[in-house]
Amino acid sequence: MTTLSDPPKSDFRIGMLLSDTRYRSYTFQFIALMAIILSVSYLVSNLLANLDRLGQDLSYEFLGAPAGYDINQQPIPYNSQDTHLRATVVGAMNTLIVAFLACVTATIFGVIAGVLRLSNNWIISKLMSVYVEIFRNIPVLIWLIIIFTITANVFAPIAEFRIPRDGSDPARTLIFGVMAFTNQGVFVPRLTFDAGGMFVFWTFIASIIGIFVYKSYVKKHLFATGKELPFWLPALAILVIPTLVMYLVLGRPVGVQLPEMGRFRFEGGLQLRTSFIALWFALSIYTGAFIAENVRAGILAISKGQTEAAAALGIRPGRIMSLVVLPQALRVIIPPLISQYLNITKNSSLAIAVGYMDLTGTLGGITLNQTGRAIECVLLLMLFYLTISLLISLFMNWYNNSVKLKER
Amino acid sequence: MTDTAVNTSQMQISDEVAISIQNMNKWYGTFHVLRDIDLTVQRGERIVICGPSGSGKSTLIRCINALEEHQQGSISVDGTLLSSDLKNIDKIRSEVGMCFQHFNLFPHLTILENCTLAPIWVRKTPKKEAEETAMYFLEKVKIPDQANKYPGQLSGGQQQRVAIARSLCMRPRIMLFDEPTSALDPEMIKEVLDTMIQLAEEGMTMLCVTHEMGFARQVANRVIFMDAGQIVEQNAPEPFFTNPQNERTQLFLSQILGH
Amino acid sequence: MAQDHSTAFVRTQEIPPAPPPPGETGAVHWIKTNLISSVPNAIATAVGIYVVYWLLSGLIPWIVNGTWVTNNIRECREVLAGSGGGCFSVLTERYAQMLFGFEYPSEFYWRPSLAFSLLFFAVPPALFPMYLPRWMLIATGLYPFVAFWLIWGGTILTPIGALAGVMVGYYAFTKLDKYGFAAALGGGVVGAWVVWQAFGMIAGGMPGFIALEAVESRNMGGFMLNMILGVVCVSLSIPLGIVLALGRQSSMPLIKIVCVVFIEFVRGVPLITLLFVANVVLAYFFPPDSNIDLILRVIIMITMFSAAYIAEVIRGGLAALPTGQYEAADSLGLNYAQAMRLIILPQALKISIPGIVNVAVGLFKDTTLVSVISMFDLVGMIRGPILSSTDWAGVYWETWAFACILFFVVCFGISKYSQWLEGQLRTDRH
Repeated sequence: MTTLSDPPKSDFRIGMLLSDTRYRSYTFQFIALMAIILSVSYLVSNLLANLDRLGQDLSYEFLGAPAGYDINQQPIPYNSQDTHLRATVVGAMNTLIVAFLACVTATIFGVIAGVLRLSNNWIISKLMSVYVEIFRNIPVLIWLIIIFTITANVFAPIAEFRIPRDGSDPARTLIFGVMAFTNQGVFVPRLTFDAGGMFVFWTFIASIIGIFVYKSYVKKHLFATGKELPFWLPALAILVIPTLVMYLVLGRPVGVQLPEMGRFRFEGGLQLRTSFIALWFALSIYTGAFIAENVRAGILAISKGQTEAAAALGIRPGRIMSLVVLPQALRVIIPPLISQYLNITKNSSLAIAVGYMDLTGTLGGITLNQTGRAIECVLLLMLFYLTISLLISLFMNWYNNSVKLKER
Repeated sequence: MTDTAVNTSQMQISDEVAISIQNMNKWYGTFHVLRDIDLTVQRGERIVICGPSGSGKSTLIRCINALEEHQQGSISVDGTLLSSDLKNIDKIRSEVGMCFQHFNLFPHLTILENCTLAPIWVRKTPKKEAEETAMYFLEKVKIPDQANKYPGQLSGGQQQRVAIARSLCMRPRIMLFDEPTSALDPEMIKEVLDTMIQLAEEGMTMLCVTHEMGFARQVANRVIFMDAGQIVEQNAPEPFFTNPQNERTQLFLSQILGH
Repeated sequence: MAQDHSTAFVRTQEIPPAPPPPGETGAVHWIKTNLISSVPNAIATAVGIYVVYWLLSGLIPWIVNGTWVTNNIRECREVLAGSGGGCFSVLTERYAQMLFGFEYPSEFYWRPSLAFSLLFFAVPPALFPMYLPRWMLIATGLYPFVAFWLIWGGTILTPIGALAGVMVGYYAFTKLDKYGFAAALGGGVVGAWVVWQAFGMIAGGMPGFIALEAVESRNMGGFMLNMILGVVCVSLSIPLGIVLALGRQSSMPLIKIVCVVFIEFVRGVPLITLLFVANVVLAYFFPPDSNIDLILRVIIMITMFSAAYIAEVIRGGLAALPTGQYEAADSLGLNYAQAMRLIILPQALKISIPGIVNVAVGLFKDTTLVSVISMFDLVGMIRGPILSSTDWAGVYWETWAFACILFFVVCFGISKYSQWLEGQLRTDRH
């Protein structure tokens, strides 16, 4: 080691707080800290003064009080005598349900539109461009209201499905006997699970996992022996056979309940309310336009040279897509795709405009109005969305890092 | 470039110390990039620093104008100690000019604006005077006619000469060159080296990190070989090239001169 | 090798260019390759043509047979009598409400209209600086003050005072610049503030001096409200976004943390929750006796919202700059403020413009969300006063089509501009 010959320690002067790089950053941060403390305490003192003047306090006790309002879509049992907290949970679940479904369908719309936009068929690619441009450039709120208006005004009223008193045929019947589009929502069959039904369900999930396992086995086998095993037929077998066997062995515990016209309304089946359908479809088709752009950009980002290099190696066109282009394109597509999912989740709060009872409708809407606890409700509302955003961001960081590692 | 004979006798090396580095050490995290560097540069010296990549030669000259911070030891330039005091850093930076491998011209400013920016804002020179100075140096590097173009419109060699002129406009007493010709196409290297030779003839104190051994032979009065963060060998060019002492120097020279 | 020499050949005559074989060019060729190159392709073409036919067969009669002159929807139904035409009379009768809201005095409609037209003189110098002389930027600089005076009215002393304050502040800034950035900024702010106070007193003393009749903020509505919110919030959020982006890049941990928390918080919550804050929470944080109207609170929240997004765009621009630019600025002895102002920001902002424009389009669309907190912007007007009136209940196709067209024209125009600019920047770099 060498002898230390640092600059001689000169006496500390007050000017060094600004001129010396060792202290300068502390000085600035201290000033910033003071400014933050001052402004926060100013805001808090205003808050306290206002609360005092209005005779209010800050408390979350209202969450334990009975909510006193109904929610028209209940993933878990709920009635108006339940607490605000339970109403909040129901709202949060409704948010997650519509956000999840919209993510799935938006991805489907987006991928189809993005790929078709690159199609060499002129009419198809132009139609897709028109779709993308029209939906991207008009606010999602307007789309939501338009679609809500259509579902509420253009679909037939339920009365038209009723059997008239004279016993003649009703004006409308169910499509294929299973579905009905009405101005009060869409009625679809519902799956019913008897005892053992969940076993069938889990078998089905396990089969899907099994297909992936089989796929990796096929790959391993190909690498080890050079022989390619058939994939599609065995995969179909894995998907169908175990579930079917389980279904029969357990005595057909899973059934389908069809919606049927009762005297006044549909009985049985699953009612997807107009507000839910409108929100789901509007979020999907609006975000689908953005995803289409991401998909198109992702595919275009893979240079022609990559395709040509693969072709020059003698790889078949279908394999070029799955082995060379898609893995690279996905790397470009997935990060913006995830941020579109984030956008869907945030935009699902527009539910309040059509009366879908998501978290914004329950906690930020009726609960806030009934209890007058504005600060508490809005804070809780923000924390919920913030948590979801942070979880999605964490996932995105993890994904980006895993992709980056593979590059090296 | 050897056709322009350099009159080395004109290049006066005074006894005045321009740069003095003592026991300087630097780490990147736990990696010891510069180890026990001791170097004294007299005013008017032309020093070429060479060595394999990653040997710390660029880091060494970047420490001299505080682009990188050293952790131990001392550096003083023209008697000003490089400390954490901003005034000292500013003083040293205004006396030391630097040219980079990738020129680092400001692409959104014209050539003339590139050259007048620092004099106007740092030296507070009146604009008109700064422009006259800039034109003087642009003539010196032989591109006055490009003054109103943007860097993107110039060739690499021209850009590097502008970068030299930009540094000279601050009237530095010492010039640092960080691989000034490595990013250039072969046919443009000569024009930049000629400019540097011209500077050397005028007595500028220069530290050049470069692999141009011809330039080293012709202009340098001292060649420093660095490896693994240490100064391995230093000598006058003639003995350095003909009779290297250290094994690593011999290996390095045989690799770069061999082909 | 010997054979090669024996087949040596020197061309003495040019081969004249010949036309391609028939069927390789022209309309037939185009149809062949683009529409019916294969059976699936031909089917796709047929489907595409059917979709276009289906859309047009609904759309054309709706437009062609539409009526523009009836007084209410019942008359519409009589006139149209099932011809499939649209009841566009709602537009002729209520367009002013959709554009200006229902409380803006109708005799002053010319004022916001004039302000809007002036936009066409004020904006091009900023958008196309490469084609227009620099002095035209004066129009851009004057526009906010003129537009404010036209829309809100009041004495002309208010905008003149504001302008004078800005000019005095800028003058003080340039004069003090040699004493350091902080001193200059402080001097500029103090100079501007003094002038504003002075003019505030003068304007308070003579409210009638060359005055337009004042219109209150809460009377703003319709598409005008969307435009005001969009333009004001984007303009305000750019400087705030720059500060946040620089803060996030800072080496000082405290500043960095504050900026990261702010940006990530705002980006993590929906705009609607921020509008709830503006509507019901923000008032708690102002002094008890202050009375800040809703539009101003909404502007504060939307500005914060877009500033966070713009900060991220600018951070991308900063990260795209090579470190050599920072080093060159350092080695020339420029200090932090100088390096940022003269070297880094001009370049980073230039790369960021397309991203900022995209944020601006998104934000402009999001201004419709204010209808949720019962402000009467375009969407609020249509949903509220128009569709719930007895005269026009049920005319939703026509009204929403009008809204769609307004938004589409503005947003599509801006996105096209941003794409064009992106192309320009790409060619600039080489």
